[in-house]
Amino acid sequence: MTAALEELYQQLIVDHSRRPRNFRKLEPAERSLEGFNPLCGDRVRVYVNLDGDRIREASFEGCGCAICTASASLMTDSVKGRHLAEVERLFEAFHKLVTGGSPAAETELGKLAAFGAVAAYPARVKCATLPWHTLRAALAGSRQSVSTE
Amino acid sequence: MSALASVTLRLPPVSGYDPWRVRADFPALRQRVHGRPLVYLDNAATTQKPQPVLDALLGFYARDCANVHRGLHALSERASRAYEDARAAAARFLNAAPQEIIFTGGATEAINLAAQSFGRANLRAGDEILISALEHHSNIVPWQMLAEQTGARLRVAPIDDRGEIILEGFERLLSARTRLVAVAHVSNALGTVNPVEQITRLAHASGARVLVDGAQAAPHLKVDVRALGCDFYAFSGHKLYGPTGIGVLYGKSELLESMPPYQGGGDMIRSVTFEKTLYNDPPHRFEAGTPPIAGAIGLAAAIEYVEGLGLEAVARHEHELLAAATAALERIPGLRIIGAARRKAAVLSFVIEGVHPHDVATILDQEGVAVRAGHHCAQPVMERFGLPATTRASFALYNTCEDVDRLARALRRVREIFL
Repeated sequence: MTAALEELYQQLIVDHSRRPRNFRKLEPAERSLEGFNPLCGDRVRVYVNLDGDRIREASFEGCGCAICTASASLMTDSVKGRHLAEVERLFEAFHKLVTGGSPAAETELGKLAAFGAVAAYPARVKCATLPWHTLRAALAGSRQSVSTE
Repeated sequence: MSALASVTLRLPPVSGYDPWRVRADFPALRQRVHGRPLVYLDNAATTQKPQPVLDALLGFYARDCANVHRGLHALSERASRAYEDARAAAARFLNAAPQEIIFTGGATEAINLAAQSFGRANLRAGDEILISALEHHSNIVPWQMLAEQTGARLRVAPIDDRGEIILEGFERLLSARTRLVAVAHVSNALGTVNPVEQITRLAHASGARVLVDGAQAAPHLKVDVRALGCDFYAFSGHKLYGPTGIGVLYGKSELLESMPPYQGGGDMIRSVTFEKTLYNDPPHRFEAGTPPIAGAIGLAAAIEYVEGLGLEAVARHEHELLAAATAALERIPGLRIIGAARRKAAVLSFVIEGVHPHDVATILDQEGVAVRAGHHCAQPVMERFGLPATTRASFALYNTCEDVDRLARALRRVREIFL
């Protein structure tokens, strides 16, 4: 196997894709929204409960490929307990990471840094970002499902 | 692989067809991808181009580039002759007459042309269009649009678990209301070869016209529109080793004569005044504006190339590959082949338990093996089998047993990563 491939499908990502954390419906959920990638068929529903402007709980259902599932799993883990402004900063750092711009502060990303290899696979960037776009739209109060196209 | 094994594989098969010699005609196949020799198995999406096609395109642009049917100069005469020769080549390829061949941008445009010209002139509210559950989106959406425009209704013949059209189900849906049947010759998602001759007979018996979407069939089977009896036949150049941007709609002469234009513009007219425009005869009536001249010339070169190898020999070779690949993939634990039609073209759709097709395709790509993953523009087919997507390996005349081997080995890597 090539080194690039080993990095993309490193243990952490494979593990989260096979045993996703927070993989359940939240009932009741203050915010819930579906995101869809019409090109590949990945579909994710993100659920969020808030404490003021802090995320108390986040979970998801659906998804498709390993990258998307692992991204949703690690995202819901990472945003729990965070202020909305922090979540936004985290998204920006993550987005920079997977699109090839070096993230502002890699330390801030924690386990999310595992997705750095995605930048080498332009076709897979949307797999990694779909859960994030869906989460942000849900937090912004959107009721319209999110599409990557 | 040992040198000995590789020598053994390179021996021409008993049939006399030598894919190794054929490969040498395709410059794109000589490259390495991610450090490995390219194994191109995405042929149902598009095929690579042989040198004679590249030469024909370059020859046109380098020497004969002019518009057709207009200029009274040498270059235009050469271009016009080459363009009409291409029409004759396409006609011969389908066993049709040249005036029955309309050049389009591709199979999709060919189907849209039939829908908008024949369909809008002949369908009324209450009429029905009958398609199958195997269709590519390009043989669904144009009919949905037509149904919306005319008030006609779209009906869908069911398929069974093998991925074959259920003929009794098809017959049940066929009625005096059915004005048009549109069906794929070969399914792009599963490889099923549909009994289009029988379907055409049944449709004609109940008074319906028949369009066959041959995008996946033309590269793999000898197509004879007279023997099939269909009214329209559509295919694309780029899936037949020709350039992109060229396709063919065959239509029976008497039908084309009666059909209104598809688009308005130059070349499709006999005379234009602001009061009244007289339309040209088929096929020119349906080719408004400057046609895809280079594309048609490239397609003719591709047709000559394939005819030179012999479509029967190509089909035999591809069936050997399909059988070898089916056997090799069936031995991979957790892998399930989707589509078990009794007649199949060289398409192998499959899923691996616990691994998403996109991850399979990414890993295969890193091994130098190009396949497609997704819904293959056939979402209803995926839904029928309860799958969001499959991985699809599709074979062409230049693939070899070694390609099958590389595919199988790369698929074992997939399991190593995920299990």
